[in-house]
Amino acid sequence: MRDFILKRVAAVILPFVCVYGFYVIFHGHISAGGSFAGGIIVGLSYIAFSTIYGIKKGRAKMPDKVLTWAESFGTLWYGIMGMVGISRGVPFLANKLAGVDLGVPGALFSGGLIFYIGLGVGIRVASTMITIFFTLMEDDRENAA
Amino acid sequence: MVFTAEDYWLIALMSILVIASLAMYFIKDLVHAVIVFGAYSLIMVVIWLLLNTPDLAITEAAAGICTTVMMMVVIYRTNRREE
Repeated sequence: MRDFILKRVAAVILPFVCVYGFYVIFHGHISAGGSFAGGIIVGLSYIAFSTIYGIKKGRAKMPDKVLTWAESFGTLWYGIMGMVGISRGVPFLANKLAGVDLGVPGALFSGGLIFYIGLGVGIRVASTMITIFFTLMEDDRENAA
Repeated sequence: MVFTAEDYWLIALMSILVIASLAMYFIKDLVHAVIVFGAYSLIMVVIWLLLNTPDLAITEAAAGICTTVMMMVVIYRTNRREE
């Protein structure tokens, strides 16, 4: 898997894959896709990086601490965004009721809180995918001792 | 009952789905079975597009590739042949 052509092609393509994943996350409420699909695409770009460049380099780019924090932060962010409604005296996860500015329909910032909720879900899904991959690829001999 | 061109496409694609699922059951080499599963999910993407749900099509494409990768990793960790 340590092929020169593969590495150079991956170096050109993978950043665009990652950015496309974030595009799908951010445009989840106005076009096709969503935070789940976008999160998987972001995660897949890192999975492809660590299969092509070796699991060691992939782990160096995404340490366990970052993954743990991103996973917890994604879930917590969803809860915090839901609490915005409660702090205004309306139900959990309320959007327009909570007085959030909805903006012009069709524009990027037209969903109120949904944009920020999607960011949290996307980060959570991406880090979960990377964690599952790293856990499966883990070398047993390191943990045997 | 009158079939439109879209219905014939759907029938053809869904019969490919049935063939792919049966093939996955009968193939003994697990790597080949996983590749057939990838083809299954690709056909599923086209079916979602024909049914006017691009949202699910994108999710199916991403999740299908991700499951294929995960299954490849699991095969890499275990045996390739099915006993």
